[in-house]
Amino acid sequence: MTTASIAPVRQRTPVPPGEESGTATRLALKKKGRQARALVMPALIFSLVLTQVPFLVTIVFSMLQWNQLRPSEIKFNWFENYAVVFTGPDFLPSLMSTVVITGSSVVLSLLLGLFFAVLLDRKFMGRGLARTLMITPFLIMPAAAALLWKWSMLDVNVGMVNWALNALGLPSVAWNTDLPVVTIVILLTWQYTPFMMLILLAGLQSQSREVLEAASVDGAGPWRTFQWMTLPHLRQYIEISTLLGTIMMLQAFDPIAIMTKGTGGTKTLSYLLYERAFIGLDVGQAAAFGVVTVIITIAVASIALRTLFKVFINGGDR
Amino acid sequence: MPKIKGSIITAATWVLVLLFFFPIGWMVFTSLKSEGDAASIPPKFLVDLNFDQYAIVFDRGMGSYLLNSLSASLGSTLIVLLLAIPCAYGLSIRPIKKVQDVLFFFISTRFLPAAASILPVFFILKSLGALDNITALSLLYTAINLPIAVWMMRSFFNEVPMEIVEAAQIDGANLRTELTKVVLPILMPGIAAVALICFIFAWNEYFLATLLTTFTARTTPPFLASFVDGRGQFLAVLSAASTVAVLPVVIAGWVAQKQLVRGLAMGAVK
Repeated sequence: MTTASIAPVRQRTPVPPGEESGTATRLALKKKGRQARALVMPALIFSLVLTQVPFLVTIVFSMLQWNQLRPSEIKFNWFENYAVVFTGPDFLPSLMSTVVITGSSVVLSLLLGLFFAVLLDRKFMGRGLARTLMITPFLIMPAAAALLWKWSMLDVNVGMVNWALNALGLPSVAWNTDLPVVTIVILLTWQYTPFMMLILLAGLQSQSREVLEAASVDGAGPWRTFQWMTLPHLRQYIEISTLLGTIMMLQAFDPIAIMTKGTGGTKTLSYLLYERAFIGLDVGQAAAFGVVTVIITIAVASIALRTLFKVFINGGDR
Repeated sequence: MPKIKGSIITAATWVLVLLFFFPIGWMVFTSLKSEGDAASIPPKFLVDLNFDQYAIVFDRGMGSYLLNSLSASLGSTLIVLLLAIPCAYGLSIRPIKKVQDVLFFFISTRFLPAAASILPVFFILKSLGALDNITALSLLYTAINLPIAVWMMRSFFNEVPMEIVEAAQIDGANLRTELTKVVLPILMPGIAAVALICFIFAWNEYFLATLLTTFTARTTPPFLASFVDGRGQFLAVLSAASTVAVLPVVIAGWVAQKQLVRGLAMGAVK
């Protein structure tokens, strides 16, 4: 990762069938285009069938009155489910939970990730090992991480965190039941800090050493150098890691299902949908929640996509 | 003076890193204790360590769940590579119109939450009698990982020097030889990185595995929770099961950490 940089998109201008080009070239180009399409198609069709078609079906489901307890009474009720979604008591709190949990986990893991990236950018004894240990929480299976934190770390009787609190003279905290939102945020932050750190570290290591040295020769202190040179350089790395992190944490389901089961303000949109469909057995309403979730995600994702594309295209020389 | 300051920062860095790693180290340590020692407060540090819990884990049939995880992960990774390599090649080396549209489409499917498709997928699989089926699960994992693979592969293809490809074309190589004999050998490290990322995501997946499998095809992540026992002590055996479950991915990630960052950023960061 010593030569870290932003990868450019190779701009390949499609050759227009110019008037001067001979018939042979045009045929060759046509053939090339056909081959390219043949190579792209299988993946494209696979993706369409397995992701887009189900989504369209979800939209149809969302307009049905369909409770699994009464399978004989399936019929269209058009936008009734959406009316229930927007006027019912569950949607707004759930949206708030999603925003609070995702927002605080993203901010905390970004700050911690930046902090660790700066620490690990220095040369010191055992840096390679320290980096290896640091990335491990991201590799841990989320289900295992949730179970370990719930019982080994945060449990009110046998959890190590409470033991440490008691050792400091503080009372035990029943994290899972009394502070469920904090519990989920702790777990997500722990799992995603390495992700943020890896991307930001790549950014730090792509800075030119000469420029930094020149700055320090010119008398800029380390903090000023960081603020005026490193942070602006890191901007696009911060953008990428924030946006990708947001997308991943927005979909987090495992820790909620395992640790809090949606209690105490942790009923995020993805958990609410699961509950409606597979515990409440109301398919139509669950589908409506699903469609609304997708629309919200698309709003976030479209910002993410634009940024990604900008990074790809600005990275090129042209 | 700066030297002392440097060692203080180094020491502080190590303390923080070890603190961050503590839950994982503690998991491995706990897995080697007896149940009684694992649940004692204050925690015991000087205890007899043994592998008894690991024997219990496999007695409870964890082997078959690991095997299911392995087939779903390997199967989906293989299909992903078969679809993504030609696709990325088509998008990066041949002139095709609307390359950006296709890329945009792929990446947008990655951002589509599972919530968007889980209901129809569930009912379609149910009506086909394909619930609790490892092939169905592999195909869904393929759909999840395909966009990342296409984006990553494309960023690797873009680094293949065009001269080599053109030289092969002048020598009369057709598409297949061009791809298999000229381009792929250069790309082996990249392909390995893509395979690793896809494997990790499939191995760790919980949501679909919980909803779409029950017993025959159940994978490791949903199985882990069954070690939580309301009546007795379970910390040691849960830790042992978790250690086994996370080991393959952790080792793979450690070995390939240089490629990991690029894959996680969808190829945008080298």
